[in-house]
Amino acid sequence: MKRFISFVKKEFYHVFRDDKTLLMLFGMPIVLILLFGFAVTNEIKNAQIVVCDYAKDPASQEIINKLSVNKSFHLKKALLNHSQIEEEFKKENIKLAIVFPTNFNEDLLHLNKAQIQIIADASDPNTATTLINRATAIIMDYQKQLTLNSNLPYNINPEIRMLYNPELKGATNFVPGIMALVLLLVCVLMTAVSIVREKENGTMEVLLVSPFNPFLVIISKALPFLILSLINLAIILVLSVTLLDTPIKGSILLLVAESTLLIICALSLGLLISNNTKSQQTAMLLSMMGMMLPTMLFTGFMFPLENMPVPLQVIANIFPSKWYYIIIKSIMIKGLGFSAIWKETLILLGTTALLLILSLKTFKKRLE
Amino acid sequence: MIFIAPILQLLILPLAADYEVKNINISIVDHDHSTYSQQLISKITASGYFQLADYGNSFQQALEQIEKDKSDIILEIPDRFEENLIRENANELFIAVNAINGVKASLGGVYLNQIIAAYNNEIRLKWIQPPKYNTVPSIEITSSYWFNQLLNYHYFIVPGILVALVAMVGSYLCALNIVKEKEVGTIEQINVTPIKKYHFILGKLIPFWIIGMFVFSVGLFVVARFIYGIVPAGSLWVLYAFLSIFLIAILGLGLLISTFAETQQQAMSVAFFFIMIFMLMSGLFTSLDGMPRWAYIIARSNPVTYFIEVVRMVILKGSGFSDIKNHFLIMIGFAGLLNGLAIWNYRKTS
Amino acid sequence: MIKEVVIKTDKLTKRFGDFIATNEITFEVYAGEIFGFLGANGAGKTTAMKMLCGLSRPSSGNATIAGFDIYKQTEQIKRNIGYMSQKFSLYEDLTVLENIQFFGGIYGLSDKQLKKKSNELIDILGLQKESKKLVASLPLGWKQKLAFSVAVLHEPKIVFLDEPTGGVDPIIRRQFWDLIYQAADKGITIFVTTHYMDEAEYCNRISIMVDGVIEALDSPINLKQQFTTSTIDEVFYKLARRAKRTENLK
Repeated sequence: MKRFISFVKKEFYHVFRDDKTLLMLFGMPIVLILLFGFAVTNEIKNAQIVVCDYAKDPASQEIINKLSVNKSFHLKKALLNHSQIEEEFKKENIKLAIVFPTNFNEDLLHLNKAQIQIIADASDPNTATTLINRATAIIMDYQKQLTLNSNLPYNINPEIRMLYNPELKGATNFVPGIMALVLLLVCVLMTAVSIVREKENGTMEVLLVSPFNPFLVIISKALPFLILSLINLAIILVLSVTLLDTPIKGSILLLVAESTLLIICALSLGLLISNNTKSQQTAMLLSMMGMMLPTMLFTGFMFPLENMPVPLQVIANIFPSKWYYIIIKSIMIKGLGFSAIWKETLILLGTTALLLILSLKTFKKRLE
Repeated sequence: MIFIAPILQLLILPLAADYEVKNINISIVDHDHSTYSQQLISKITASGYFQLADYGNSFQQALEQIEKDKSDIILEIPDRFEENLIRENANELFIAVNAINGVKASLGGVYLNQIIAAYNNEIRLKWIQPPKYNTVPSIEITSSYWFNQLLNYHYFIVPGILVALVAMVGSYLCALNIVKEKEVGTIEQINVTPIKKYHFILGKLIPFWIIGMFVFSVGLFVVARFIYGIVPAGSLWVLYAFLSIFLIAILGLGLLISTFAETQQQAMSVAFFFIMIFMLMSGLFTSLDGMPRWAYIIARSNPVTYFIEVVRMVILKGSGFSDIKNHFLIMIGFAGLLNGLAIWNYRKTS
Repeated sequence: MIKEVVIKTDKLTKRFGDFIATNEITFEVYAGEIFGFLGANGAGKTTAMKMLCGLSRPSSGNATIAGFDIYKQTEQIKRNIGYMSQKFSLYEDLTVLENIQFFGGIYGLSDKQLKKKSNELIDILGLQKESKKLVASLPLGWKQKLAFSVAVLHEPKIVFLDEPTGGVDPIIRRQFWDLIYQAADKGITIFVTTHYMDEAEYCNRISIMVDGVIEALDSPINLKQQFTTSTIDEVFYKLARRAKRTENLK
């Protein structure tokens, strides 16, 4: 036991003496949480709009006013001429143009029918659709005010409730993804690199010649990263609860248990990579290409899985991060229990077992 | 490797980064089982946006589908829906959306609302003879989508990814290559030869500049054009003029990273860190307008942001030189600043 | 006087596919001697050494180290040997003291022993001022001496040194050999591979490997007589000329 402790102590020295690694280790989750939580939002706010108001009457003014006080829109300028619209779209970051014809108010009050034209820059189709809908809703609101007393007959009123994330925050979607990303990054990359470094420096041989059990070498290399990963997990969770207001609805214990499973899975993968590489460079490249990219691509937190072509969706099933992401989303956001995620847990468990056996086997083979 | 990796990414990333909201799985809980409820359901499934995942009587059961991610949205049609609608002139529908993915949720809700509203109008027309003149004031809104009438999401994402790739190739490979020479020691050999320092730097940068141009061209003329059918609306001259300045700026960044890093490993981690921030803060996937002030400032000091804007403006909107004058000036500024810093730091360290 | 045998090999062989790295080598090493293991690059000396340390399993043949069988009693062997690889095998990002404590720790020294040992060692090497400094900041020669001292910290019966003096200047090499003599005086058997022929002269006995086979084994003086040369260098040259495989081969 004493031997084991002195080994683990040494591993911690390695980690804490390498400031660049430390930065990666603890800076990355914080930066990711901050960026995803605040900067990379799917919320559409302050979209710049222009109006071309030929009417300049009370009705058009009021609608413009309603639009410009709305959080979604930011009134950039009023144009005099229809032909300027295209120019503005090409030159500026304008998302929407709204055109009121002459005699808008008069038509509305006397003919009971008036027209408004909305033009959207659809180079970003999702934003365009959302903005047109919001503008339409605001205009309809105004119309309702006018017809307050005469209700339309046969009215269907849909009542929409947003489950799990009523404010439609981006963070809810991202936090579980960041957890998967950071845990995998730390465990796979750091384990692989730290073992390969011992190989490169020749210290691995010395360790193997010593009476220290080779498998204990592996365990003592992995243990610090397990602890560091759990600390990282705690940081992410605390940040997301305090800063991003993303509460943990399910059991924290289950969350930690499932995360530990992923960590072990990632550690095995790191070991497997280290067994098959000779230089830190290759180990890094392999971990980045083999783990980081697929995690970003195939977990479904950055890119929607269901829109991918079928072959890619099939490939996504191979990566443990996808299953972990589903599990964490279920526990953290939906507040579900183990009964809802046992299938995913089983898959994760299977992958972990497979990787562990494979990596121990290759490690043993290397020992001969 | 240098050529294949980016082009492969250009092929795969747009396939993956498809944020178009389609194939929304809907669970319908129908307590009414009337003609009206059936009509509404067929309207929804025929719309093209929704796939009927589940049809049943129990809201609890539908909620379970949501929990299992089998379904994204629930529509609950109350008992006596048809009857009440006709008798009492109004009725409610209940919609619950899985809002973990905010974009999908809000768009899904919007689409469903539109379908219901359209159906509502149909019912009204069936029961009331429309009067010749409107009795109440109504505003008719005509909306048009410019520059991308079919709302094809690829038009939006492919040019952006092209920029991201060129930025990655430029900064990453350039930094790694120079640090490798440092590590292997060949840089010292070069330093003792009569080659001038700026010759060395130019000699390093020019191949990567050409590679960047090449990758962009392949992406634009082969991948974007033939696979996604994107034909630039604006002038290629303007696009390439901007690209050449952007590449100088991004190579300067690579150079700057290489002056800080001692080993390839460090260069890799540092470059990776910055590239990730650059990508996330460039408006590639999400709009800059929604960002808080501090994030907006970071995004605005990111050269990638400007090129993504320019690419979208020129390729999709057909903007000309005079429209993006300011972008040109800013990018020239970035090119000067980054290269200046790199050379200053290079001088200092050697 | 019968000398105690601490390493004994019998037709020890290692094959990698068709390639025979070491071919039926048989020799004995006696307690307390400095045994030089010479050979050109690719002659098979590192392979032979790795088998003896338990880093690599022989294809056939037998060997005992400190009286223990290399197939069955690897654990006991590991407790009785020390090893220093070509790359000095210290952790550069740990301090001198931390390195000593780590290696002492994995060999299971008690806190008390460890404290005493590390103080002794630092005194002998004259590293009092540097004990809290990172190994990376030490000059090459000091790292090497430290690596050796760490390898014999747990007082093994035998210590294996794999080309320990690569890349250092002659003065440091001389000092390094002084350390080796001190260890040998304490009764530690030294098994050292080298390709510096002047170092071969320092050994009690040397063996010269060519193409996976031990071509000569005796004390330096006897070998010089046998091959009628004045230096080991020439002995080696005569033997190595017979080599069929070059280092370019696998």
